Amino acid sequence: MTRTVRWAIGAISILAVALGIVYLPFPSMIRWQSDFLARSFMWLIFSAILCLWRVLRGPTAPDRAVAIDMLGILIVGFCAILSLPTGRDWYIDIGIAWALQSFIGIMALAKYLEGKDFDE
Amino acid sequence: MILNFISFILWFSIWSALRRPINTQDIILGVLVSGFVTFMTADLSRSLDDKKSSKKRSLFGILTKAVYLSYYVVIFLWECIKANIDVAFRVLHPSLPIRPGTIKIKTALKSDIGLTFLANSLTLTPGNTTIDVDKAAGVLYVHRLVIKDGGSGAIPVAVKFEKILKKVFD
Amino acid sequence: MNETVGMVFIIVGLAFDFFGCLGLIRFPDVYNRIQASAKCVTLGTCGILFGLFLFKGFSPTGIKALLCLLFIIVTAPVSAHALARAAYLSGVKPCKETVADAYGEDKLKGR
Repeated sequence: MTRTVRWAIGAISILAVALGIVYLPFPSMIRWQSDFLARSFMWLIFSAILCLWRVLRGPTAPDRAVAIDMLGILIVGFCAILSLPTGRDWYIDIGIAWALQSFIGIMALAKYLEGKDFDE
Repeated sequence: MILNFISFILWFSIWSALRRPINTQDIILGVLVSGFVTFMTADLSRSLDDKKSSKKRSLFGILTKAVYLSYYVVIFLWECIKANIDVAFRVLHPSLPIRPGTIKIKTALKSDIGLTFLANSLTLTPGNTTIDVDKAAGVLYVHRLVIKDGGSGAIPVAVKFEKILKKVFD
Repeated sequence: MNETVGMVFIIVGLAFDFFGCLGLIRFPDVYNRIQASAKCVTLGTCGILFGLFLFKGFSPTGIKALLCLLFIIVTAPVSAHALARAAYLSGVKPCKETVADAYGEDKLKGR
């Protein structure tokens, strides 16, 4: 019963956020070429906030590690979307470098959680 | 040797695609860089080669393997999209219909790179995440999202992948 | 035409990214969270990068996007695998709904 109530509350709040992102007139901080990509960027930021909630609340250390891994992949998506309306192609270079860094960091973190040395 | 040459052509074509208006300086630098990368990844292409089975190492064998590999990529992409729709359905469902657990499945694959391909593509397909590989016993430990019958039995996707991968890497 | 198809890919990618992060919130233990997030976030980001490739065509930026897609689709399962194994070996118990636990029976028996 409580699970259904929580699902309904969550669904209503997610729908509210989605309608807000689609319909609210945001002040334009950057000169975007098109409005659609700005709003899709905000939707991606909302997903990242959910990930950060798991980092904050995670009961164990592997939970937080998983959330940080997913955040690293999301940031590559940020870079890909940002390179479209601004017309700066070097954002995708940042994305490639970030993917590499995040992979190496997560592997080191997994070895540490497993209880091994780094050179094993 | 022939695989080294193919990988050199691959790296050089990537380099020349990134340097669009190409001139002589770019070509010389590209030959140097892609030669270095081919040298660094030589052991990877050697593990793709079949050492034990002395059947065929000809260009025709490599082309057959490439055709099977591209067929595998198509099958894998279709399964990946199905997996994502399935997981999205389970996430959005109000009562969260999951019966998780870990099971172990047997594989007939022997080579390192074949096992890596199988484990990685199982992670991206419906409701499976590979946890550990026991290479000596030929066993993969897989965490599944939905277990139908008490945790035994093979996964149909794994059987399908394995049949193709055995032709490519063994 | 290309830009319309690219927009469709970007929208699908955004939706799958969001479903992955929602699964990270809703599922009960670490292994199920790895299941949801590693699949959905990987395919979502690959969709966004493929949309970028459709926008840019075969220019250097588009080819860099394809390389980034290949890199992510290779490394994301590896890190998910490593994290799941690390969670098992560091002693995180599976949740109550678990029906079978072959790995725990085999590996953690001696501890």
